[in-house]
Amino acid sequence: MNDSTHDASNRGLSNLDLETPEKPYLDSNELIINMGPQHPATHGVLRVILKLDGEKVLGTECVIGYLHRGVEKIAENRTYTMFNPYVDRMDYVAAVSNGLGYCEAVEKLMNVEAPARAKYIRVILTELNRIASHQLWLGTHALDIGAMTPLFYTFRDREEILKIFERYCGARLTTHAFRIGGCQYETYAGFEKDVKNFLTFVAPKIDEYEELLTTNRIWIERTRNVGVISAADAISLGVTGPVLRASGVKWDLRKAQPYAAYSEFNFDIPTGTNGDTYDRYLVRMAEMRQSLRIIEQAVNGIPEGPIMAKVPKIIKPPVGEIYHSIEAPKGELGYFIVSDGSTQPYRLRVRPPSFVNLQALDTMVRGLLVADVVAVIGTIDIVLGEVDR
Amino acid sequence: MAEEVKSPVPPPPPEGEKKPAAEQRAAPASAEPVKPAAPAKPAGPVPVPWMSPLVEKYKGQYGSGIDAQTYLGQNYFAVDRSLIPNILRLLRDEEQFDYCVDITAVHYPQREKQFDVVWILYSFPRNERVRVKTQIADGASIPSSVSIWATANWLEREVYDMFGIQFDGHPDMKRILLPDGWKGHPLRKDYGILQQDNEWVQINLGIESGQ
Repeated sequence: MNDSTHDASNRGLSNLDLETPEKPYLDSNELIINMGPQHPATHGVLRVILKLDGEKVLGTECVIGYLHRGVEKIAENRTYTMFNPYVDRMDYVAAVSNGLGYCEAVEKLMNVEAPARAKYIRVILTELNRIASHQLWLGTHALDIGAMTPLFYTFRDREEILKIFERYCGARLTTHAFRIGGCQYETYAGFEKDVKNFLTFVAPKIDEYEELLTTNRIWIERTRNVGVISAADAISLGVTGPVLRASGVKWDLRKAQPYAAYSEFNFDIPTGTNGDTYDRYLVRMAEMRQSLRIIEQAVNGIPEGPIMAKVPKIIKPPVGEIYHSIEAPKGELGYFIVSDGSTQPYRLRVRPPSFVNLQALDTMVRGLLVADVVAVIGTIDIVLGEVDR
Repeated sequence: MAEEVKSPVPPPPPEGEKKPAAEQRAAPASAEPVKPAAPAKPAGPVPVPWMSPLVEKYKGQYGSGIDAQTYLGQNYFAVDRSLIPNILRLLRDEEQFDYCVDITAVHYPQREKQFDVVWILYSFPRNERVRVKTQIADGASIPSSVSIWATANWLEREVYDMFGIQFDGHPDMKRILLPDGWKGHPLRKDYGILQQDNEWVQINLGIESGQ
């Protein structure tokens, strides 16, 4: 027990404001244990210090930064064009979204607009990537809780999306699909057919995932009323994306402040009511179906025309600053760029959804059991590459 | 090859004409263009005063300590440091800016007050964004807004970690991404891209250099 108190002072836990429970019957001490950074259920290199009373969580502290690469510093030392591939390395399971946010932010700063066809291609790829990201989330989240089958199902189907990416731009994960001003590549012959085939292929597969989990008693026991966060707490903590919507806030940047071509499509914003892990699961499942709707409208209405706006070879935005954000699969992904009129950003700040959402972990897990911490980390859907940048 | 023949010939000219027209709205005085793309770029749009009842209300209250501008359709307040906790609290309590999107800083080493601290706020009921900026000197601190928005906790820690700006009243003001004993604040302009805390690396990792 001495060891644990020693640990606490060493790790600066004295600053952490944790309530101590009333004196229990036996003289027992709180236990401080370490989860991660090498732990399969922390989805990378997240370290969580847990303060426990038996198996009950009294408080947590996240230790992050193991994957810190200084993306914002790199941006200041690269030209706008050179920095474009770096953003893919933040949220590497939704690289297309990162690229979309960055390219649109720079375009806004330069007062350029991408042509309609490029916007449609962007929407199709970004929504495909949203499905891929949600599939990866579902597979790993279910695996954490003990359901192994969904992992095989989702990875099998995600492969079809990655194949489309590969045929489109040669890369599967870090795609670098877009350029400032539009897209570099015209769609390949058969792109539209591939996307339509994928839509008919994946719709029944999503039903299949739901068959495995939605009415599964073990799944419901492990997720319902676990990691509850109220709408007020979520807003105060700056939580966005499916986590916010599952708490009942009907807010999606694609609707609230439409970018790319999203204002031209019909889709709904799925919301939950309880703000628990089960609702977040349902919201993401519904989102995948909404993404299919968007892709279907986009691929049927894709206009002809150029795919690049007239942008100079050397990107040199005028002096000024801009904040632009998009609805990434994990929440609001924003770029704040300050330009001094040169070819390199003077300052580039990424507002990462995973980083901000992870901060809500402590609120969500207090009073739960250790096993639920694993479920809650999964349900927030973090990617450590984006948390640490 | 086939693509090149197809696309650039008919469609781009209308595209090229549309864009400068959009730019001219923002900067009408950008002089006679010789080439359509070139003149708009160096001149660029300029910030214009931001007119709204919200601005008038606060200007009436705080006078010269507050300046409101719009750039590329985005509104921001440039606020005196002494007004900071009040303005932020009023924006949340009275104007429903209930969501603090981001807190960050920008370093201008040649300026007397070296840092811009920037709050990006959003209001769910108004569907509106606003930025609040203030200038502070190196070594000066700024009041924490954790009591206004809980999300400010980690965001302020990151600003401290990267720039060395202290937030007064923050419950846990320590580094977040870099290790606790690290020396230096990497996003300052005087911190080199290859620079590292070699002492930390040698002690903690047991290697000569992290490069």
